[in-house]
Amino acid sequence: MNESDEKLNDLVKRSLGPVADTELKRDLWPRIEARLEAPAPRVPWWDWALAGAVALSLLLFPAAIPAVLYQL
Amino acid sequence: MSGACAGKVAETAVELLEQFARGDQDAFEALFRRHQGEVYGWIVRIVRDPAAAEDLTVETFWRIYRTRSRFDPRYGFSPWARRVATNLALGHLSARRPQTEFLDEAPPARVRCAPPDPAVSAEVRQKVAAAFEKLPARLRAAATLAMIEETPYGEIAAALGISAAAVKSRVFRATRLLRTSLRRAGVEP
Repeated sequence: MNESDEKLNDLVKRSLGPVADTELKRDLWPRIEARLEAPAPRVPWWDWALAGAVALSLLLFPAAIPAVLYQL
Repeated sequence: MSGACAGKVAETAVELLEQFARGDQDAFEALFRRHQGEVYGWIVRIVRDPAAAEDLTVETFWRIYRTRSRFDPRYGFSPWARRVATNLALGHLSARRPQTEFLDEAPPARVRCAPPDPAVSAEVRQKVAAAFEKLPARLRAAATLAMIEETPYGEIAAALGISAAAVKSRVFRATRLLRTSLRRAGVEP
């Protein structure tokens, strides 16, 4: 580190002090517990139907695969 | 501490990690309670915002829980947690950056810091803070930890998943960008 880098480093240190309070003020477990207890998100039936329709179309018309990949 | 006692503690810790990896929720809670303060302390040093650090701490443990099947108890919990926490903190800094991209002044500090040197004027302090805000997230995290928090390079490297030389390089690049930014703002360090 050259002299000008050291000066900049010193200015940064004198301008922005380290975080003085790094202690956690409250227990965060209840927030995790709420996530653990939340029901898993369900995929609606129409999403499955749409995925099935796309898969079936690609199976019936494989020539469309490159065109679909190009659009992605 | 006697040898027998030390062995018992280590065995319990390993058992706890193995139980967690198998999906035991009580083991997860025990690990959470043991490490939440340490993870929060690390994140708040990077993002310098207590509210965001709390959210990111919760997100860190949630991600850890969801990916527990990939966890290898032999490598310990703390290094893994710190790595996940650092990645999330970097994501937070990247997401926050566009809002401050064109500002000449940094937003007000959200965290209680050690008192700055009174010899440095408030205007210069603000310009230094603004220059820091403009740094890319990867450089900013490395520079914050190395230059402000004075964290050893090895520790930063482990958390970022890079070599100590790469940390040095990031700090060097951050220094260059800070100097350019400060010169533009009329501050000659």
